[in-house]
Amino acid sequence: MKFFRLVWGNLWRKPLRTTLTGLSVFVAFLLFGLLCVIRQSLTAGISMAGADRLVTRQKVSIIQMLPVSYGDRIAQIPGVAAVVHQSWFGGIYKDPKNFFPSMPVQPEKYLEMYPEFVLPEAQRKAWIADRRGAIVGRSLAERFGWKIGDTVPLMSPIWRRADGSGAWEFHVDGIYSGAKKSTDTSQFFFHYKYYDEGRSFAKGMVGWYTVRVKDPAKADEVAKTIDAEFANSPYETKTEPEGAFAQAFAQQVGNIGAIMMSIQAAVFLTILFVAANTVAQAVRERTEEIGVLKALGFSNRMVFGLVLAESLLLAAVAGLAGLGLIWLITLGGSPSPAFLPVFYFPIPDFMVGVFLVALLGVFAAALPAWQAMRMGVAEALRRAT
Amino acid sequence: MSESQPPLVRVRGVDKVYHRGSEDIHVLLNLDLDVHPGEFLALMGPSGSGKSTLLNLIGGLDRPSQGTIEIGGERIDEISSRQLAAWRARHVGFVFQFYNLMPVMNAERNVELPLLLTHLNRGERRQHVETALHVVGLADRSRHHPRQLSGGEQQRVGIARAIVTDPTLLLCDEPTGDLDRKSGDEILGLLQALNREQGKTIIMVTHDPHAAQRASRIVYLEKGQLVSERPS
Amino acid sequence: MNGLINWFVQVTSLTAFNLRTIPERRGSALSSVIGIAGVVLVLVGVLSVASGFRRAMVSSGSPSEAIVLRSGSDSEMTSGLGRDEVRVIEDAPGIARDASGPLASAELFVIINLPKRSTGTDANVSLRGISPAAYAVRGNVRIVAGRRFTPGRNEVIVGAAAAGQFAGLDLGQDIRIGQNDWHVVGIFTANGDVSESEIWTDASVLQPAYHRGDTFQSVYVRLASPGDFKAFKDSLTTNPQLNVTPVRLSDFYAEHSTVVTEFIQRIGVVIALLMALGALFGALNTMYSAVAARTREIATLRALGFGSGPVIVSVLVESLALALVGGVVGGVAAYLAFNGHKTSTINWQTFSQVAFSFAVTPGLLARAIVFAMTIGLVGGLFPALRAARTPIATALREV
Repeated sequence: MKFFRLVWGNLWRKPLRTTLTGLSVFVAFLLFGLLCVIRQSLTAGISMAGADRLVTRQKVSIIQMLPVSYGDRIAQIPGVAAVVHQSWFGGIYKDPKNFFPSMPVQPEKYLEMYPEFVLPEAQRKAWIADRRGAIVGRSLAERFGWKIGDTVPLMSPIWRRADGSGAWEFHVDGIYSGAKKSTDTSQFFFHYKYYDEGRSFAKGMVGWYTVRVKDPAKADEVAKTIDAEFANSPYETKTEPEGAFAQAFAQQVGNIGAIMMSIQAAVFLTILFVAANTVAQAVRERTEEIGVLKALGFSNRMVFGLVLAESLLLAAVAGLAGLGLIWLITLGGSPSPAFLPVFYFPIPDFMVGVFLVALLGVFAAALPAWQAMRMGVAEALRRAT
Repeated sequence: MSESQPPLVRVRGVDKVYHRGSEDIHVLLNLDLDVHPGEFLALMGPSGSGKSTLLNLIGGLDRPSQGTIEIGGERIDEISSRQLAAWRARHVGFVFQFYNLMPVMNAERNVELPLLLTHLNRGERRQHVETALHVVGLADRSRHHPRQLSGGEQQRVGIARAIVTDPTLLLCDEPTGDLDRKSGDEILGLLQALNREQGKTIIMVTHDPHAAQRASRIVYLEKGQLVSERPS
Repeated sequence: MNGLINWFVQVTSLTAFNLRTIPERRGSALSSVIGIAGVVLVLVGVLSVASGFRRAMVSSGSPSEAIVLRSGSDSEMTSGLGRDEVRVIEDAPGIARDASGPLASAELFVIINLPKRSTGTDANVSLRGISPAAYAVRGNVRIVAGRRFTPGRNEVIVGAAAAGQFAGLDLGQDIRIGQNDWHVVGIFTANGDVSESEIWTDASVLQPAYHRGDTFQSVYVRLASPGDFKAFKDSLTTNPQLNVTPVRLSDFYAEHSTVVTEFIQRIGVVIALLMALGALFGALNTMYSAVAARTREIATLRALGFGSGPVIVSVLVESLALALVGGVVGGVAAYLAFNGHKTSTINWQTFSQVAFSFAVTPGLLARAIVFAMTIGLVGGLFPALRAARTPIATALREV
């Protein structure tokens, strides 16, 4: 620690240069954090997936529906602990751009299947009792300023009401929050019964089933049994772990992980080059000072360490500031709930960021520090005079 | 300072060859030199005579191509570069022509620099720094940065930095080369006082006969060899 | 006039002097070039996705084609039309005709799951049931391998892009959909439009397979001329038997591509702006150190009578030159790395995959270079002003 002043002092020899380099590192990690947050949001479903949950859908396509009677048959299969169904409602609020996931479910069973949706007991009871009731996620409620007790009309381009009236009306009975940060709270859930009675076609059909298995280790086996049960029926099924289902869904957009990774790599390498050049320049300018340090008895290793420490210090201050700012921004909530329903900086990504900060500090200084270490003392001093 | 005492510095048969491209440049040739404890030795000679090279060899900044260098009974031409660095920190204080202070630190911090390599705690370091700055007469300038000091003052800081660890040997490379006559005289007086009052052994490279007069012995180098020697 | 010539001579000699000394500062000059190249690479890369997607969508719609959907539906997914409605539509004025009748194709649109070749995960692929007139309506369908499907049989033809992106669609293979096997008998191209991401079969075979009875989801028509759209539209919308919306195909696809392209562009621009900021700091660093290294030379020149204007211009020219090199390097790298790269993404309106190629267009490259030059201009401006403002006497003393 006693060398801190020396390192810090050296860092501010050219304040403008250090500030500019620091700012470019800062921006690089700001970008890194931002991309992590976006990726997390786009793939939120994957991290939300439960290890003990399976998704059973129509084999041909998720668009095709399954009979509601399949629920009872799935429940009888050994190893199945619980089963619920969901359907895609595709509701829009007033304008097509006000789009969010909305699904008819069986309220009581659904909340048991998804404990990550946290709802106060009184609201839970109110919802179960109210056939036109709905619960909305916290971020969705904030997006449209909905409060408990509001009546919300939704239009669906898919589901028209049998009675010909345009909108489906719902009462907001509850606002749920997420048990974890990764929980998507941008969804809208309502009673299946209200939906089934009101729709004009496909009555008795549901979108897909979520199945809880008793033993996650036997999930594959249970999935095969379910699909075998419905093989050669008019509605064959495909059952897979919720994680795989969510992943396939995210991959539909494109290989988000790979795209983000390649942008991050390009940013990182670019900034690395800029920073490395700055450190090299700073070391070149200090040749004779390094010679003096060595003459005073600083060993080659210590000189190496000092150059490295200087680079690491700059990277740490600037990089951590960038990561920290992103973290602060995520505390403020999503700027675009429609596209980025989940908005937070995951701890593992943050740790990767910290690791990259260290990597940047070390790599930027590696060559110049090596040169400084190898520099002959007499030669370094001669160059000065 | 009796001749019967073993010499502090013992240089024997030292060659120093630099390679510049395919050419070999012999800077020092089969050189012998003894320096006794408490001596103030001036090394003189025209530029290119090898005096700075010799000083660097004695200070452990460079290694001889051939021959031995023994200081206080230790063969510094044989030890590893890491040991050499530690040895320099313990035994040698350097004073440079252009002071070579760290521009980013104030006088106090510059003087403290070599103490960072010791096990002294913060309070002890502060005390040593104060003493050294007091010795060179700059106690009231301790918070100034190099650019706020005159050349003579900067060199005093340089000397304080060199003596703060109480080294065995003080090596000065043209310490007055960049100073006007008056400041130069003050620096020489300071070195002389350190030699006489604190018994520091000093080796000083200079091409200025006036400066050399202050030493207790003068050695002349020419083309890498000792050509003559006389007490001042 | 003389003053102007003198000024010009000063600028050129100073600029030449600056540019000549770049090799001595190659480290920092290179870092500035690479910094800017990196920004351009990412910017062009991201925007080429959007332009590729838009190109695939927009090229799909010709103004002399129209699509008819049920009123209130914004896509085929949510539309539905009965046989009677289809007949009325086919008889509407403005539709082109050939020997076999009006060029109108009633179509069915469903989605099946097929694994993506790149990730192995399931993706939604469009399966379209067409009427015999479809080839004439589209006008750009070419069978490049195999043959057309035979009406009435479980045969399909596959768009070239779909065959490339999804597994199991090679000529001669069978696709199992539900309880039926469909035989791949041909591969077709359609001038790069979205049809190439689809699988086509006979609508009358698809209807029973999907329990659709005698219903369709859309009618594609070819107009006798683009100008006939209004007459066509008016006759349909004023007909009390019908409850449908006709849309020009070019407008339909343009509308469909906006969600995806706007999203990509918005993200791309944010990323590029942030990166540009990072590169700007790098460029400023380079130019400040370039100026600092020559403080004395510049002061000497000014002492000799060179004006501050030429000093500023020469520093700016150097900065712009480095930015130009960076922009060109980044643009070329982006072109080589991304142009023509094939991928697919989901089109939310149809909930199905659209295959497309990244398109690094000349317009995109031009924008990127302008962007790079802007970074260069800003990055050189402050250092240039500093060079011109430092008092000559101070600068001369500096070592």
